[in-house]
Amino acid sequence: MARKATTSRRLVMTFVAYTFALILFFPILWMVITSFKSEADAIALPPKFLFFHWTLANYIDVQARNNYWRFAFNSVALSFGSTVLGLIVGIPAAYAFAFAPTKNTKQILLWMLSTKMMPAVGVLVPIYLLLLQFHLLDTFTGLILILFLSNLPIMIWMLYTYFKEIPHEILEASRMDGASRWKEIVYVLSPMAVPGIASTVLLNIILSWNETFWSLNVTNIHAAPLTAFIASYSSPEGLFWAKLSAASTLAVAPIVLLGWFSQRQLVRGLTFGAVK
Amino acid sequence: MGKISLQGVRKTFADVVVIPGVDLEIPAGSFVVFVGPSGCGKSTLLRLIAGLEDLSGGHVLIDDKDVSDFAPAQRGLSMVFQSYALYPHMSVASNIGFGLKMAGVPKPEIEKKVAYAANLLNLTEYLARRPGQLSGGQRQRVAIGRAIVREPKAFLFDEPLSNLDAALRVQMRLEITRLHQSLKTTMIYVTHDQVEAMTMADMIVVLNRGNIEQAGAPMELYETPKNLFVAKFIGSPTMNIIEGERAQKYGAPTIGIRPEHIRISREAGDWPVRVSIVERLGSDTFLYVEAEGMGQLTVRAEGDLGAKPGDQLFLSPDAGRLHRFNSEGKAIRS
Amino acid sequence: MATKQTQSAARLLAAPSIGLLLIWMIVPLGLTIYDSTLNYTLQGNPVHKFIGWTNYYYFVTDPAFLTSIWNTLVLVGSVLVISIVGGTGMALLLDQPIFGQGAARVMAISPFFIMATVAALVWKNLFMQPVFGLFAWIAHLFGAPPIDWFTNDPMIAVIIIVAWQWLPFATLILLTALQSLDLEQKDAAQMDGAPPLSYFWYLVLPHLARPATVVILIETIFLLGIFAEIFVTTGGGPGQATTNLTFLVFRSALRDFDVGGAAAGGIIAVVLANIVSIFLTRLVGKNLEG
Repeated sequence: MARKATTSRRLVMTFVAYTFALILFFPILWMVITSFKSEADAIALPPKFLFFHWTLANYIDVQARNNYWRFAFNSVALSFGSTVLGLIVGIPAAYAFAFAPTKNTKQILLWMLSTKMMPAVGVLVPIYLLLLQFHLLDTFTGLILILFLSNLPIMIWMLYTYFKEIPHEILEASRMDGASRWKEIVYVLSPMAVPGIASTVLLNIILSWNETFWSLNVTNIHAAPLTAFIASYSSPEGLFWAKLSAASTLAVAPIVLLGWFSQRQLVRGLTFGAVK
Repeated sequence: MGKISLQGVRKTFADVVVIPGVDLEIPAGSFVVFVGPSGCGKSTLLRLIAGLEDLSGGHVLIDDKDVSDFAPAQRGLSMVFQSYALYPHMSVASNIGFGLKMAGVPKPEIEKKVAYAANLLNLTEYLARRPGQLSGGQRQRVAIGRAIVREPKAFLFDEPLSNLDAALRVQMRLEITRLHQSLKTTMIYVTHDQVEAMTMADMIVVLNRGNIEQAGAPMELYETPKNLFVAKFIGSPTMNIIEGERAQKYGAPTIGIRPEHIRISREAGDWPVRVSIVERLGSDTFLYVEAEGMGQLTVRAEGDLGAKPGDQLFLSPDAGRLHRFNSEGKAIRS
Repeated sequence: MATKQTQSAARLLAAPSIGLLLIWMIVPLGLTIYDSTLNYTLQGNPVHKFIGWTNYYYFVTDPAFLTSIWNTLVLVGSVLVISIVGGTGMALLLDQPIFGQGAARVMAISPFFIMATVAALVWKNLFMQPVFGLFAWIAHLFGAPPIDWFTNDPMIAVIIIVAWQWLPFATLILLTALQSLDLEQKDAAQMDGAPPLSYFWYLVLPHLARPATVVILIETIFLLGIFAEIFVTTGGGPGQATTNLTFLVFRSALRDFDVGGAAAGGIIAVVLANIVSIFLTRLVGKNLEG
């Protein structure tokens, strides 16, 4: 982009780009601002943008009412649990698809992706009843299994995309060096694919963290993550916008920060290799 | 040791026959070069020896032991890849020692062997670096170092110099030759570059469409090519091939004469020609000339001849070094 | 190109994932198909009688069914169009030589990381609430009557919320694609005297085609199952105005306690999703060949 754009043109473009970026960002900003207001300021007309009495009261209230940390811990545990399982099953599978493809490999990969298209609602009842039967309702194990399986196709696709870029010759060299299949994956492939594995992990954490359908339907108290925590604020009674905003901010903050730091890694994997 | 025998080695991919059947004896301690145009099956043959591909038929024997069903690492061979295939996340020392680590060799011994190889290849000061911080030639040496420490029965090289620039290529060529002289281990070397083949090999194996066209010492192939394919492939610039009436005069449907075996005269000779392009290399001059009824010929002259495009010259082939071929392209020896 | 040993090892390594996904697909699907043929409600008779296609018949002939299909299409289609067109525009803007590009990009893509329930609640209350919401105040500034979004234009409201979440995703992917565009191509186009518009038309747009199909694929996967946004805002109403197929099935199961009927609806949703997925995976499969 070293083209000689004149400064004035550059300023205009900057202004336009920031305007649109701000429009997209504004709901989040407004949410965060509102979270520091008193309930009266939150619904004041005309709206108070910056000049109001800033307070942390809402955050204290939210913690007192719902125990944010427990839900947050659940979210973390569910995201990490499902991601670790996904890596254990997904890395060997992606290795096989990338380095020993058969004529069916493409079909298998597409089939895996198509399981992701199966609407969750279509199988809600039987899964609910199965979980009930095995005493897995409202447990970590139950929800982790569901999150793991529903994200597995995307994980495998992402890992496959990254693995395909690793030259076969290096794996062959390790085979000549006497590495067994597992040592090849552990000592050679995985360290080389660290960036790809990292972005797969990040995406999976984000997807698990934000997953709503299953976490609302198969958890209650025990294993409920932040998505359920926030849904408890959806009841229409009263206008508690400031508290709602504080709770929302708490629910999204960890994952938004993670997203900001990892956007570069994320995007490469998400395009399934369509963008280098 | 390190005698390798190929017995009826076949390879097919799905329905495509890549190697229809190869028999070859590679004597222990020799430097054998597989050479041929791209797609001739030379790399596949090497990979079959390495065990990186399954045989579709036949046997591979190393020191008279059938290793056809052995995994690559069990065959006791080392391979140097075209892309070097270094492990980018490991230091040079770890790269070289990886095979020993996999074999469960104790650490002090790994260190000793790595130090020995590094010393041999002038890599000692780079041992702590990552491959990404090395130049092409250094990476090449690391790849060779990795091959050396395992003390293999034979080294396999898959076009190892093709990613280097011209000057480095010459240098590495010499280093590999020197290595062979000091280690005296069997080496099998794949290349499409006939210069590498001529300069390094004890034995050249010319491959074409998965078949061995000819196997022998470099000068043997140069002087007595068995057929047109070998005649054209070995030697640079390429041998001139003449067909038709002009060839019949020499008693064969096709004749070949190397550019360096033609006498040039301004006054008289067998073939009157007109110069079209002059390439001066300093020590030699290559003339590309148009000859009536023969198309374009290449001639090598020593020094600078002072010829210019458009000049009329006369060429006379050195009758003793003329190659005759029958209508199937086989050499006629009298 | 690998040895038999490698191939068999590969089969062993891929087997767990294939097996698990097969179970994950077949067991619930089989149970759902089984349930869908039963007279099975959570309130009535505990004996579940086999009633064949009856559940399907009732589900399909329910007027709510066609409405929900239509709503699903409208929702998915609108959000796809908005996010691809808007995402391309946003990506092009961010790709310009501007000051502080990083900060602008971070702001523009942030909504993608927001969980659906939060997005829906924030929009529903802070923005679209007809008295105290920001939109009502803006309408008031212009002297217009405030819009009661969830009463009068519920579908548009839902589309705005969902599109807000997914436009940044399209932006992120398309921007990365733009930044991978070969600069020498741009130079060559300039040497060829191509005006900026034809440069955009002949070089930039084709370059974006592949990432755009990926965006469509991934978004469709998630948009077909949109649930939380509707659950939190409109509850599918008013009437059936924002009931998509997912929500209709959810309602049959958990509001009407009609397990058999919900199962039939679920199977229909699965069949429809698979028709879509066949088209999409073909598209992507073809696009990823090269």
